[in-house]
Amino acid sequence: MTMAQEVRASDEKKLRKREWSNFLTGILFLLPSLLLFGVFLFYPMVRTVYLSLFLTSSQGVPIVFVGWDNFFALFQSTSFQLSAKATALFVLYTVPASVLLATALAVLANQKLKGIGLFRTMFSATMGMSVAASSVIWMFLFNPSIGLFNRILAALNIPGIQWLLDPQYALLSVSIATIWMNTGFAFLILLGGLQNIDSSLYESAKIAGVSDACQLRKITLPMLSPTLFFVTTVTLINAFQTFGQIDLLTKGGPMESTNVIVYSIYKDAFINYNVGSASAQAVLLFAAVLIVTVIQFKIGERKVHYQ
Amino acid sequence: MRKVELKEITKTYDGKIDVLSSIDVTIEPGEFFVLVGPSGCGKSTMLRMIAGLESITSGELALDGKRANALPPSERDLSMVFQNYALYPHLTVEQNITFGLHVKKISKKEQKVRCEEVCEMLGLTPYMKRKPKELSGGQRQRVALARAVVTEAPLCLMDEPLSNLDAKLRAKMRSEIRQLQRKLGLTMIYVTHDQTEAMTMADRMMILSNGRVQQIGRPLDVYNHPDNLFVASFIGSPPMNLIEAEVSDSMLTADGHWVMPIPNEKKWLLREDKVMLGIRPEHIKLAKESEPGFFVQVANVEVLGTETLVTFDFGEKSQWVAKWSGQYDILPGTKLRITVDNKHYAFFSVKNGKRLDRSPIPAAVKKVSS
Ligand SMILES: Nc1ncnc2c1ncn2[C@@H]1O[C@H](COP(=O)(O)OP(=O)(O)O)[C@@H](O)[C@H]1O
Ligand SMILES: [Mg+2]
Repeated sequence: MTMAQEVRASDEKKLRKREWSNFLTGILFLLPSLLLFGVFLFYPMVRTVYLSLFLTSSQGVPIVFVGWDNFFALFQSTSFQLSAKATALFVLYTVPASVLLATALAVLANQKLKGIGLFRTMFSATMGMSVAASSVIWMFLFNPSIGLFNRILAALNIPGIQWLLDPQYALLSVSIATIWMNTGFAFLILLGGLQNIDSSLYESAKIAGVSDACQLRKITLPMLSPTLFFVTTVTLINAFQTFGQIDLLTKGGPMESTNVIVYSIYKDAFINYNVGSASAQAVLLFAAVLIVTVIQFKIGERKVHYQ
Repeated sequence: MRKVELKEITKTYDGKIDVLSSIDVTIEPGEFFVLVGPSGCGKSTMLRMIAGLESITSGELALDGKRANALPPSERDLSMVFQNYALYPHLTVEQNITFGLHVKKISKKEQKVRCEEVCEMLGLTPYMKRKPKELSGGQRQRVALARAVVTEAPLCLMDEPLSNLDAKLRAKMRSEIRQLQRKLGLTMIYVTHDQTEAMTMADRMMILSNGRVQQIGRPLDVYNHPDNLFVASFIGSPPMNLIEAEVSDSMLTADGHWVMPIPNEKKWLLREDKVMLGIRPEHIKLAKESEPGFFVQVANVEVLGTETLVTFDFGEKSQWVAKWSGQYDILPGTKLRITVDNKHYAFFSVKNGKRLDRSPIPAAVKKVSS
């Protein structure tokens, strides 16, 4: 080995040593979250997949390996089909409406007006409310005899509706409550996104004489698209996983019309003690969320303008 | 070409502090008018009021002789280049340039023709399909310019358009903007904090400080006859050397140094006890044997190729800078004997900073005609 080669070799050795110690330091910093994720996320996930392939005892102990049988059974069960349909409808009802409403409110609240702070606080208030508290409020609003909605209908001489008890309306009612609950978070994030848009872009448009509607379409929405995309993704995933308001408002009823998958999983696992089937549903839900999110990202790539 | 008149314009944001107070100026059609002053003095505010982006607290703004205080920005028939360029990141260069033209009922075809013309003029043709983030700083700057030019508005406002560019590019763009303005016959109001830009580009300039007009005039007039201490120290690089001088029976002393005898035509100086004495760096010369002068010690030397900047201690407290053309090999610590022709001194009041002698300093402008 020549002198130069030796020097280079020792340099490389030192470099590799430094890289290795950097890696260890990094791991050390990550350890707490890795541990938490491992215990509360990765392990349960693997365990769910494992359980979904077994027939289980009422304690949730795997007894017999049955392969895909749990899944086949699900695909043939009308109850599961109803669940899937309810979930899909629920997502369809809540996600676009939540995002649209929050966007509209955010655009309104982004004006520079006196007292706008009051409206900003009001519109974002639902973010600070627990699902339980909100559900109780909505339970009162939906109450057939003393609820606000039926009183309004009565005042208009329209017969009252059994909001939460009529299979025709129950899912819609829960969706309305959910949209209200979603609004605060989506509004706040979108308002933040709006305020990040450079005001000189609007000033330049104003000098050119571009109308407000055109500014909204040509400047605000494209510039807001990354935020919109983020909010949509989060709302979508949340919609797939809705549990609290269903449990408090309808308990999956009437006639399973609001029995969304997460609620069905809960019932199968903790009421019917059929952990294998519940796990299989969880795996399917995971797959559905994954697919929808991937599709969304693929579309997003084309429509979202990152700076 | 448009005439812009500001009459007694005042602006306050909070109702207490006047950001601008009684601005009075007329900008002639086709003029390149530069608004210069340190950061925070109200330049942008003034420009934005002309553009209609900021309300006018009191006073009158007239465009071509018609009151325009309440006219919306789009009806003022002007274009504006923002400091950060305000390009739309999601649109291509071409879309950025034609953005908003549809409002003026210009057909798609005409838009394309105009855009191509402007891109050709500014060397943007190869980049028309790119997004702003795929451009260099100078190219973005050009897109912003193109967007102003393409509207064919007769009045163009620019707010520190070159401040994000490096020194070399800035010098190049200075000259390009100036040529463009001449070629298109635009009335230009150009804001900058850089006195070099003001000196090199302006037909006339206005120096602002703390929301007040300090001086309005042609660059050389301002340079040669600064109205007050602020203008004297702000315009010129390196700035004018200033020192407090005591007036004692028929002579001036500064920091213990004898400076000059008071000649007959400057006997009015005797009315003051103290004056601020100003001298431009290029007027300090090495003294010849026969000339009167004073000894100073060199503190630093910067050789810039065509000229040399010599910093020396003057008395106990102050330092002066002299600018000599040519290359000088002087070591710090050297003692030199310097002299200043009396006619080059400028005198300012110590109390209010105003220029005391109104007699013009002979200017050194050399006329060249073809
Ligand atoms: N929107 C505003 N609200 C309140 N004060 C402002 C606003 N814009 C500017 N100012 C104040 O007005 C003064 C002048 O600002 P500006 O015109 O931007 O200065 P310049 O462009 O000369 O740096 C500054 O003191 C600044 O703080
Ligand atoms: Mg400014």
